[in-house]
Amino acid sequence: MSESTKPLASYGTIRPGRIVAWTILFLGGIVMMTPLLFMFSTSLKSAGHVYDLRLIPDQPTLANYIKVLSDGRFARWFVNSTLIATIVTLSCLFFDSLVAYTLAKFEFPGRRVVFLAILSTLMIPTEMLVIPWYLMASKLGWIDSYWGIMFPGLVTAFGVFLMKQFFETVPNDFLEAARVDGLNEFAIWWKVALPLVTPALSALAIFTFLGNWTAFFWPLIVTTDQTLYTLPVGLSSFAVEQSIQWELIMTGAALATIPTLAIFLFFQRYIVRGVMLAGVKG
Amino acid sequence: MTATRAPRSAGSGGVWGRLSISTKQIVWAWAFLVLPVLFFAVVRFYPTLEAFYLSVTDWDLLNEPRFVGLDNYRKLFADPLFWQVFRNTFAYLIFGTPIAIVLSFAIAYYLDRVTFLHGLIRALYFLPYLTTAAAMAWVWRWFYQPPPIGVINSILGSFGVPAQPFLRSVTQALPAIMVTAIWAHLGFQIIIFMAGLRAIPTSYYEAARIDGLGEGAILTRITIPLLKPTTVFLVVFSSIGFLRIFDQVYNMTSNDPGGPLNSTKPLVLMIYQTAFSSYQMGYAAAQTVVLFIILFSISMAQLWILRSR
Amino acid sequence: MKFATIARFSIRRPLLAAAMALGFLAHGSGGAQAVEIQYWQYVFDTRVQAMTELIKQFEAENPGITVKQVTFPYADYQTRIIAAKAAGRSPEVMQLFYGWLDTFIAGKLLQPLSKTAFKDEDIEKNFFAIVSAMKRDGQYYGLPTAVRSMALFYNKDMFQKAGLDPEKPPQTLNELVTAAKALAKRDSAGNFQQVGMALDIARQDHNWVREILLRQYGGESYSADGSKVAYNTEAGAKALEFYTSLQKVHRVGQEGFMDEGQAAFRAGLAGMVVDGTFRIASYKTIPSFKWGVAELPSNDGKRANFGSYFANGIGAAATGEKLAAAEKFLAFITSEKAMNVWLEKVGELPARRAVALTEANVKDPIYGPFIRGLEYAATPPMVDESAQRQVSIDMINSVLLKDTPIKDALSAAAVREQVILDKFKAK
Repeated sequence: MSESTKPLASYGTIRPGRIVAWTILFLGGIVMMTPLLFMFSTSLKSAGHVYDLRLIPDQPTLANYIKVLSDGRFARWFVNSTLIATIVTLSCLFFDSLVAYTLAKFEFPGRRVVFLAILSTLMIPTEMLVIPWYLMASKLGWIDSYWGIMFPGLVTAFGVFLMKQFFETVPNDFLEAARVDGLNEFAIWWKVALPLVTPALSALAIFTFLGNWTAFFWPLIVTTDQTLYTLPVGLSSFAVEQSIQWELIMTGAALATIPTLAIFLFFQRYIVRGVMLAGVKG
Repeated sequence: MTATRAPRSAGSGGVWGRLSISTKQIVWAWAFLVLPVLFFAVVRFYPTLEAFYLSVTDWDLLNEPRFVGLDNYRKLFADPLFWQVFRNTFAYLIFGTPIAIVLSFAIAYYLDRVTFLHGLIRALYFLPYLTTAAAMAWVWRWFYQPPPIGVINSILGSFGVPAQPFLRSVTQALPAIMVTAIWAHLGFQIIIFMAGLRAIPTSYYEAARIDGLGEGAILTRITIPLLKPTTVFLVVFSSIGFLRIFDQVYNMTSNDPGGPLNSTKPLVLMIYQTAFSSYQMGYAAAQTVVLFIILFSISMAQLWILRSR
Repeated sequence: MKFATIARFSIRRPLLAAAMALGFLAHGSGGAQAVEIQYWQYVFDTRVQAMTELIKQFEAENPGITVKQVTFPYADYQTRIIAAKAAGRSPEVMQLFYGWLDTFIAGKLLQPLSKTAFKDEDIEKNFFAIVSAMKRDGQYYGLPTAVRSMALFYNKDMFQKAGLDPEKPPQTLNELVTAAKALAKRDSAGNFQQVGMALDIARQDHNWVREILLRQYGGESYSADGSKVAYNTEAGAKALEFYTSLQKVHRVGQEGFMDEGQAAFRAGLAGMVVDGTFRIASYKTIPSFKWGVAELPSNDGKRANFGSYFANGIGAAATGEKLAAAEKFLAFITSEKAMNVWLEKVGELPARRAVALTEANVKDPIYGPFIRGLEYAATPPMVDESAQRQVSIDMINSVLLKDTPIKDALSAAAVREQVILDKFKAK
C-alpha cells in the first residue's frame, strides 16, 4: 500500500529544495537512531572503554553479553515475555474478533448495549484498575504467576472496536452463501469471515504483541519473584542492581530491544501496514 | 469451543431445529459473547466500581477498609505535592503533544514525497517505536549524564556549549524526559500521518494545481483540513500517552523517584508510590479517580471537536 | 539394622516398639517432606551472595529444612512484604531496617522472638547495644547479622597524584575540604573530569548530614524519645551549610556526577566518598587503583557516626514446624559463624561484640575505622525511614538546586518531618 501510491512524487525532476529536504530528513533519521546505535556500540565495549564515546568500539567484545546472559535470568525473562505476549495476543485475536464479528453481523437484543458497554471501557485507564486487580490477584493467589500478568489483557475493547470496523465491510452475501452450504455460525466466522480480515488481524496481532512485550506498569506490580519477571521489569531491576555499570545496562537494554527489531526487519511491510490500518481505523 | 457445541447438541434434541432463524441467531450471538462479556464485567466493570469505592475508604492493605467519605479527595487537593504533580502531568501534555504532532506531521509530509531510500528513512524514524520504554529510558539516562560520561554533554562540549545538568535540574529534568517520550512515539505518529496523507485522493491535488494553487496553499487549504480526523486521533492518542507517562520517569530517576524535588513526577508515578511504596490504597484509588476524570474530559473534548467538523 | 532392632524389641516390648516405629516413621516422613521456609531481603549483590552461601551451609546442617531466598529492589521492598501479608503469603524470616520496626509491628507483620530460643540476657550480653532498637515492650522482634557504620573511602592513587600523602587521609572537616580541592580536576570548560568528593544525597549523604555532621556541630536530629524533630537549630544550619558548600562554594564535587557517588569512586573519578560498611565488598573488586578507609573527619575534635542495621525478624504467620525452622534459621544467621561469612562477603561488621572486636578486626586497615566509628555511633529512633529520608533529600536538594536559604530549607524540612512523626504517634 505504501509503495503503490506516490501522489506527489510523480512530478519529480530533481530540484535543490528536494535535496535539502532529503538531507534534513536523512540526518533527522540518523539522530532518531543515535540512542540505539550508542546502546549497541556500548554493549560491545569493555568496562574500561565505556566513557570513550566513539561510536565504533576500539576492541569490540561480546564479554558483556556473555556476562549478562551467564546467570540465565535474561533467558528466563525472555521466555516469560515471549510466552506472555504470545498467549495474550492469541487470546485477543480469538476473542476480540469473535466479539467484533458478533456485534457486526448478528441481530440480537442487547447488541447496542454490549457494544457501548465494551466501548466505554476504553475510557477507563488501566491505572484506575490496577489497585482492584492487585486486590483480586492477591485474594485469588495470582500474584507471581503468568496468569496474574496476563489476565487483564485477554480481551481488549480496542481490538473489538478495530475488528468490528473490518467485519462490517465483509459482504453479508458471503455469509449467507455459507449458511446455505450448511456451515454452522462458528464455522462461518472461522472459515469465511476471518480469512477476509487477515490484514486487520495482523494489525491487531502486532499491536497486542508489542503492547504486551513492552508492558511495564502491571507486570512490575504483580510480580515479586524474579523468575517470573518480564523483560522490561527484569531489565529495570537488573539495571538498578548493576550499580551503574553502563556497559552491562546497555547490554541488557540491547537484549530487550533486539527481538522486536529483528521481527521488524523480517516483517517490515506488514508491520508498517498494520500500524497504518490500526491507526486509521482504530 | 464450548460455544459451538452447546447449540449443536441442542439441535440434536430437536428443539434447536424448531427455532426460528432469528432466535437461532440470538442464541449463537450470546454463546459467542458469554465469555467475553463475563470477562468485561469481572475484569473491567467490577474493578472500576471497586476503584470508586476504595477511593472513599482508608484501606492500607493491613487493615480492613473503612468508609471515610471524601477525606481522601480533601487530603489530595490540600496536598501541595498533588498540585506539583498535576502541573508536571499537564506540562508533559501541553508541551509534548504539540511538539510531537508538528514534528511528526512535518516529517511525514516530506517523507511522503521522498522516493530515494524511502523505506530506509522511514525505518530510521519508525524503529524507536518498537523499543521498550523501560529499556530505552536507561539509554537516555546515560545520554543525559553530566561530563565526562554523558553523550549529549560531550557533544555540546565539542561546540563549546557549557555542560547542562539535565536530569539533575528542577527546570530541565521534565523536558529531558519529555523528549524521550516524544522520541519513542514519533515513528508511530509519522506512519499514521503518512497513512492519512495517502488517503487523500490525488484528484484533489490535481484539481488544485489546475486552479493554480501553490504548494503552500495546497498544504493549508487541502492537506491540513483533510487530515483533521487523523490529527484529532493523534492529538488525543498522544495526549493520553503523556497523561499516563510512567515507564520513562520511573526508570530515569530511580535514585530519587520523580526527579529532584519531584520536578518530573507525573500523576501515575504518584499513584504508584502512594499505592505500592506507601501502601495507602484508598488514597491512591482517589488519585486514580482524578486521573480518570482528567482522561475522560480530554476524550469528551475529542468527541466534541470531531462533531464540530 | 534399625528394623532388626525394632523387630527384636517388638517381641518383648510391643508398646515401646510401636512408639519407636512411629517415631522412626515420623522422622522419615519429616525427611522426605522437607519444611520449606522463605527468607526475604532486598537486592544488594554481595548481601544476596552471602545469604546464598549461608543458606547452603544451613541446609547442610539441617537436612529437614530448605530455605528459599526471595529478593526485591530496595525501593519496593517494604511494600512487597506488606502486600504479601495482605495476600497471606508472608515469609517466615524477613529482613527489616531497624527504622521500620514500628511500622512492621503496627502492621502485625512480625512476631516477638521466643524468650526460650533467644534469651534476653544472651542478646544483651553478646550483641552491640544498638540492638536494643529492636526491643518493644520488653520483647525483641529481631536480630541483626551485621551492623553498619560509616567512614570515608579515599583513592590512594589519586591522593598520590595530587601530591597528598596517601597514608594521611583528612582528619578534620577542614582538611577534608583542602584535600578535596586538591583532588578535583576540571577541564577548560569548567566541567569536572574528576571530583574531590563524590556527593550522593540519596544514598548515604543524607545520613552524613542529619546524623553525623549535625552532631559534630553540636546538634541532635531528634528528641530523646524520638517524638520531636530537633535539627532546626544553629547546629543544623551549620551542618547543612557545610555539606552544600562542598558543591556550591568549594566546588569539589557535584551531585549526580557519574550518576551515583559509588559509581564515581569505583571508576576512579572521585577522590573520596562517604559510604557504609556494606560497600566494602564491592570496592574490593576494584582492580585499577588502591584505596583506603578513614574514620569520618571530625569537627573541633568532635567525632560522630551513624550506626544502623538490618535485622532479621520472624513473620507473624509462622507457626508449628515452620516456626521451629524459622527460629533455627534465625539462630543460624545470627551466629558467630554466619557473621564471619557476612563480614568476609559483604564487609558489614558482625553484630556480636566478640566477633567484631577481635584484635585483627580492630587493627584491620579497612574494618578498623568502621569499628572505631561504631563506638561513638548514634542510632536515632525512626518511624518511617523512607519518608524521613525523602525529607532530608529534598531539604538538601532545595539548597543545591533552588538556592533556598539554609534556614528556610531546614525549617521546611523540620515541619514536614514533624508531621510524619506526629502521624505515627497518632496511630
